[in-house]
Amino acid sequence: MSDAAARYRAMLRIRRFEETILDKFPTGVFHGTTHTYIGQEANAVGILDHIREGDSVFSNHRCHGHFLAYGGDMRGLFAELMGKATGICGGRGGSQHIHWRRFYSNGVLGSAIPVATGMGLAGRLRGDDDIVVVFMGDGAMGEGVIYEALNMAALWRAPVLYVVENNRIAQTTPIELAMAGSIPGRFEGFGVPALAIASSDVDEISLAASKAIAEVRDGGTPQALVIDTNRFAPHSKGDDTRPEEAIEALWATSCPIEIHASRLDPIQREQLAVEVAEEVSQAFAAALADPEPDVEMGAA
Amino acid sequence: MSTVLESLNAGLHGAMEANESVYILGEDVLDPYGGAFKVTRGLSTAYPDRVITTPVSEAGFVGVATGLALSGLRPVVEIMFGDFVTLITDQVINGLSKYGWMYGGALEIPLVIRTPMGGRRGYGPTHSQTLEKLFLGVPGLRVLAPSAFTDPGGLLRAAIDDPGPVLFVENKLQYQRRLDDPAFSALETRVQVQEGYATAATVGVAGAPRPQLTIAAYGDMAERAAEAQLKMAYELEIFSELVALEQLDPLGPSGDLPRALADSLRQTGCLLTVEEGTHTHGWGAEVVARAVETSPQKLGIARVAAFDSPVPASRVLEASVLPDVDVIVGAAQKLVAALDG
Repeated sequence: MSDAAARYRAMLRIRRFEETILDKFPTGVFHGTTHTYIGQEANAVGILDHIREGDSVFSNHRCHGHFLAYGGDMRGLFAELMGKATGICGGRGGSQHIHWRRFYSNGVLGSAIPVATGMGLAGRLRGDDDIVVVFMGDGAMGEGVIYEALNMAALWRAPVLYVVENNRIAQTTPIELAMAGSIPGRFEGFGVPALAIASSDVDEISLAASKAIAEVRDGGTPQALVIDTNRFAPHSKGDDTRPEEAIEALWATSCPIEIHASRLDPIQREQLAVEVAEEVSQAFAAALADPEPDVEMGAA
Repeated sequence: MSTVLESLNAGLHGAMEANESVYILGEDVLDPYGGAFKVTRGLSTAYPDRVITTPVSEAGFVGVATGLALSGLRPVVEIMFGDFVTLITDQVINGLSKYGWMYGGALEIPLVIRTPMGGRRGYGPTHSQTLEKLFLGVPGLRVLAPSAFTDPGGLLRAAIDDPGPVLFVENKLQYQRRLDDPAFSALETRVQVQEGYATAATVGVAGAPRPQLTIAAYGDMAERAAEAQLKMAYELEIFSELVALEQLDPLGPSGDLPRALADSLRQTGCLLTVEEGTHTHGWGAEVVARAVETSPQKLGIARVAAFDSPVPASRVLEASVLPDVDVIVGAAQKLVAALDG
């Protein structure tokens, strides 16, 4: 499969997965909550293209897209959201606390940033050239522990790529009401170079990420990648307070899948769409048929 | 002759020598200063690459240490004053205590957070508190306090070897206590395992009659309770057994008391808990609740703790708020008299 087709497929897998979550939530098959990645798929796919074995990824509440782009198992993720025994964390974590191989996520947003920084520092102390990629949104940047972590990352040269997916809305609060100053400026204040890009094009994001990751890996220093992006769906489910026209405008101008589609011929797109739909539907059905966890798993 | 401080310092030296994965992080831990209370003295000279002095960023460096632990290293973090644990609460409660469990149970988080609690130094309301009770009952977190009756440095080394996270509660005045204090030469001590690797030391006056009272305590207050024990025996003919516990949480297996404490209570039917933290919702409340829930007999019960007040700076005011030997003796006397009556 060409790179273009692989990226298209990777984004489509995330899109269909998240649509299935939102579609099926009202039926009661999922327990808890969710935060979907619809509209931001190009970020995970474009960035995680460039990691390799040994690298770690720390994600946040909006982690499904990151997890799938990392190579995580779709059935295991469905099962985790259903609270099944086959869930990637056996049903303990749910939607926003997942771990597989070197992928981690936590729903307390700023909290993960020093932990990811420590993971990067561990690589430097061991003398390897593994790196860490950590995702945060603009909303998380209100939590002060992030700035403690950036200071230490710069002081101790932790090889970490800090990715800010700036969708300019924190749950329902627009960025104008929550953030002063500039996001790149917040990194540069600590001597952490920030590469800023406003794009939903997976190829552009991939190019920017490859540069930033090379700096982190070869230079052994922290870097930031700030992406202006768009959240098409609600923060969680049914809690979007934005006017419908505003969301329609985002779809019309910045859908990563539509932007990338022109690079593939229509027949191939159709073929990939059928394959992905089949994969998602099988993963969902398999997870649904999976057993509930042994209750001992709850307290052990 | 050695002090609690020397034992802890030797424990850290031993752990760093034995295992290259052990790292120290904290504020002002480098030589020649060697930490505000000198527990880390000499480490940065002996292991310059593995002792990292941090900015004043308690939450941040506990998070960084968690990342090191998730990556297979064994960080030991110093929080300069126990009062500052409020700053690390999110990292402890929503982070490091849960990562092992919530990700399915296979991950290890070998991380020790050491910190000195306690007053009697006149440091005032934000540098004198005993706050470990805020971290009792946090699933996934072990809370330990060393005891001068056993082996503080050995407990610290065992905590560093623990695959899970440990909050290691030291005490400012306990640092200077001697492990073989001649003031305690009339006491005899039996040590047994409390839970895991922590121990319970059962302390009594040698040759004394059968004890009427069990005192449960930990850390520096256990040593004060031993002073009270001697005073009661010689001046009041009240005979007691002190159970000095090293592990505050989990307290005992699934809702039970530690065995040493249950054994002593069976004999005395009378329990006095002693702690330096504030009285309300304290460690003693859980010990008492478990004693009542699990004891077949009716128990006499009392608790000694600090007043429910901030810790004042003035020597006179501070002494009026924190429990000392005389407060323990007074409470014991009252409890025993009530039972006799």
